[in-house]
Amino acid sequence: MRRFDEQLNELNNKLLEMGTLVEKTISVASQALIEQDVEMAKAAIDLETDVAAKEKDIESLCLKLLLQQQPVAKDLRLISAALKMITDMERIGDQAADISEIVVMMKGAPYIKKLEHIPQMATATVKMVTDSIDAYVKKDLKLAKSVIKYDDVVDDLFDIVKNDLIELIRGGNPNSEQAIDLLMIAKFFERIGDHACNIAKWVVFSITGQKK
Amino acid sequence: MEITNKFLINDVNLWYSDFQALNNINMDIPEHMITAFIGPSGCGKSTLIKSLNRMNDLVEGCKITGSILLDGENIYGDIDVNALRKRVGMVFQKPNPFPMSIYDNIAYGPRTHGIKSKFVLNEIVEKSLQDAAIWDETKDRLKKSALSLSGGQQQRLCIARALSVQPDVLLMDEPTSALDPISTGKIEELVLQLKKDYTIVIVTHNMQQATRISDNTGFFLLGELIEYGETQQIFSIPQDKRCEDYITGRFG
Repeated sequence: MRRFDEQLNELNNKLLEMGTLVEKTISVASQALIEQDVEMAKAAIDLETDVAAKEKDIESLCLKLLLQQQPVAKDLRLISAALKMITDMERIGDQAADISEIVVMMKGAPYIKKLEHIPQMATATVKMVTDSIDAYVKKDLKLAKSVIKYDDVVDDLFDIVKNDLIELIRGGNPNSEQAIDLLMIAKFFERIGDHACNIAKWVVFSITGQKK
Repeated sequence: MEITNKFLINDVNLWYSDFQALNNINMDIPEHMITAFIGPSGCGKSTLIKSLNRMNDLVEGCKITGSILLDGENIYGDIDVNALRKRVGMVFQKPNPFPMSIYDNIAYGPRTHGIKSKFVLNEIVEKSLQDAAIWDETKDRLKKSALSLSGGQQQRLCIARALSVQPDVLLMDEPTSALDPISTGKIEELVLQLKKDYTIVIVTHNMQQATRISDNTGFFLLGELIEYGETQQIFSIPQDKRCEDYITGRFG
């Protein structure tokens, strides 16, 4: 295998590692949220630091490849897509950390409502991130497009959470402050879905050269 | 802006004795644009560029069928070949100044075409050297031998020499492959400036050069035109796998 192909494999592996790390950060953050575990939330915040470091590492590999190989066609698309994807992946890490910070702030206070749809949002966004990275590595156009479509599921869940919380506030719940915190958490998950959707759009670009 | 085609190449086949070097080539070359020909050695790109001003006529055993229209006129019909080569100038891979002064290199063509007036020749020499972006470096040494110039300067001198007979088209066969990056950069800048007045066809092995300067690119393989289109398109989303393999260095 020639050197450039080895370097592209290295890029794929690093993206997979970053993807795994991002998925773990979301999972730990959502687990911390469900179990109201402050220590676990702090662990998710620490993981975000690793995600950011991975972004820098992949960014410098991409810049090196652009400089050394002056890629064209599919190679250029792969590397430029990777450069854009890691920005979205890093933002996902940030938002998982933001969720965890709210969990830390809530200090285990009982929830005003049993969490039902927010954990579903967490599961859905982890799936979107996993699938989008898989689609990149396997050059699977169908899978990438399915991720873009799946964003509607997350958006719908957000609307449900929002309406539930509005009802609680309207009903005069004395702990409306927590309702706002939960709304922010839901919004962070909704944004994570958007970033995963962006990643999938870059995957489509890397395969087809088309960018919507 | 409406695109006018300078050359229309129709069903061109070319043989060097028994060897078929071009196989059914059809392509249009638009006016005031830079068209790049790329492909591995022996793919036919240099043969085709030489066919555009009938340089292949000089090769023994060369036979061509089909037609190449320049501004609507078949250059393989009953035409004056010298007049054709005046309209379609050529610059080669290796700078080839004549062993004479800088001035005489440029004045050679116009003199051949009958211009004798010193005043007119002076004007042509200055304008050609200016257009080839080498006037400032040569204006004080016009009587010096052209061979005293550096490689990059010699190549710009050859471009000036090609421009001196006021051609419509400039053919360039790997014009920078023997030059350092600075001279290459100067020639590329020059070519970009020249396209407003000339139609330029360039053969290059440098993929980055094709992406930097050309509007359209044709990829050739084994005498066939495999893919032809806008340069941005060819280097972003090539349609043919052989083209993609070649430009990404995975060929063969």
